Amino acid sequence: MKILVPVKRVVDYNVKVRVKTDGSGIETAGVKMSMNPFDEIAVEEAVRLKEKGVATEVIAVSLGVAQCAETIRTALAMGADRGILVESDADLQPLAVAKMLKAIADQEQPGLIILGKQAIDDDMSATGQMLAALLGWSQGTFASKLEIAGGQMTVTREVDGGLETVELTLPSIVTTDLRLNEPRYASLPNIMKARKKPIANMKPADLGVDPTPRLTTIKVSEPPKRKAGQKVGSIAELVSKLKTEAKVI
Amino acid sequence: MTSLVLLEFDAAGIKQPSRSAVAAATALGEVHVLVAGTGLDAAAAAAAKLPGVTKVLVADNAALDHLLAEPAAALLIALSPNYSHLLAATTAVGKNIMPRVAALLDVQPISDIAGVEDADTFVRPIYAGNGLATVKSSDTKKVITVRAASFDPIAAEGGNAAIEAIAVGAMPALSKFVSAELSKSERPELTAARVVISGGRGMQNGDNFRLLDPIADKLGAAVGASRAAVDAGFVPNEFQVGQTGKIVAPELYIAVGISGAIQHLAGMKDSKVIVAINKDEEAPIFQVADYGLVADLFTALPELAAELERT
Repeated sequence: MKILVPVKRVVDYNVKVRVKTDGSGIETAGVKMSMNPFDEIAVEEAVRLKEKGVATEVIAVSLGVAQCAETIRTALAMGADRGILVESDADLQPLAVAKMLKAIADQEQPGLIILGKQAIDDDMSATGQMLAALLGWSQGTFASKLEIAGGQMTVTREVDGGLETVELTLPSIVTTDLRLNEPRYASLPNIMKARKKPIANMKPADLGVDPTPRLTTIKVSEPPKRKAGQKVGSIAELVSKLKTEAKVI
Repeated sequence: MTSLVLLEFDAAGIKQPSRSAVAAATALGEVHVLVAGTGLDAAAAAAAKLPGVTKVLVADNAALDHLLAEPAAALLIALSPNYSHLLAATTAVGKNIMPRVAALLDVQPISDIAGVEDADTFVRPIYAGNGLATVKSSDTKKVITVRAASFDPIAAEGGNAAIEAIAVGAMPALSKFVSAELSKSERPELTAARVVISGGRGMQNGDNFRLLDPIADKLGAAVGASRAAVDAGFVPNEFQVGQTGKIVAPELYIAVGISGAIQHLAGMKDSKVIVAINKDEEAPIFQVADYGLVADLFTALPELAAELERT
């Protein structure tokens, strides 16, 4: 079974992002970029399934600017076998991404596609579910555990009140929650080895997809800032102020 | 222009995040709501009382019992021709189902809206709430999830909508519910609580979270946690408040032993009053706190419990 793992290049988790002064978006020039953290968990899970003998090949796919090849290299260094880069300078939104991933899935015929549950830039949390819909497959979103046996997959999902376990028919889609695994660090030999692994290059048109965005960003503004309040000296003062000043208890 | 809102409910009635989604929908025009599953009489009656709702659609079918995405999306697709907007709350259920619906309609979903400008234009947080994007959709039909913390829920009573049973067609059999392991708690749900008290890495271990219990009991609070505390295995993931957990906006949020990473702030900075207790006076949480106490939580928490008991 092949596993497809889409990986997104996003502003690094640790960067404090700034809204551009003209309100047109977020400042990304000169900012450190990394693989979306939830996608690292997806790559790790796919590589583990290959190590267990469940998967035969792990293919990392990234869509976006040319530098997304670096994100694919990261996945290859973690243990993915080969990469596919769909190069585009357009603002790729989840619907277009899901359509392109569907076209790739039609070509590659994976038995499982593992994605991050959300990208930490647009916070949409949509692509996995949309891809499942377009392929007509089942979906196990927000997964904290998965087991595969005999054409079926059992997924434990993080839901609002706790955990939910579902049984899904393969092929299927999994989106990762943070407790699914702890991604490995790529070793230096594996980083070197990854340089020799192949990355195929294509364009949205090669996949027959029009990537025109359906959502137009009119403006991006800074959220209202909270001001630091006052320091209190004791618990007694805190409780008294919450009662008489803030009137919340 | 009519909207359809997918409701979540339990024995106590329509869940608060769903009532917030109805609030967002009322800004768009006429509102119908949908309850799905089996044994729906109580839920349908509760839905009919929601002010501003004109019709309750009841989809009675065992395939819809746990609102798995595959059948629930199929149902919404079947109902979609009558509606301009399809909405649900940004919950585990809503997030699972709505993008699937959108893809089947060839629509780009508008996730987690925090504001309605007009029928096509919405405000939604990006980058963990560090930016507020105003986006305009060119799709003819809109598929939306609603950030519950950004819309005051409509009241549970006061309306009198018509109830209509709908026929449910064949449902896809791609998925099967096996089991649910839900944490049993007498406390309010995180996203609905008036007061939330959260612990962070400073709590040091899971046992120490019990120090929050007497305070939560006294204040009727829900207990939450930072991602650091969840990652460290102190508490289960359903406690997580933040960009990748739950978004809360209670009247009072008490952050204990939480440094205040931007990802955590993303989940609680719309709280009305924020209290921070942390021994590190440089902790970023103090920059957003209305009341900050620099103290060791292991002495402050028992003291706080005693003070609340005393006064």
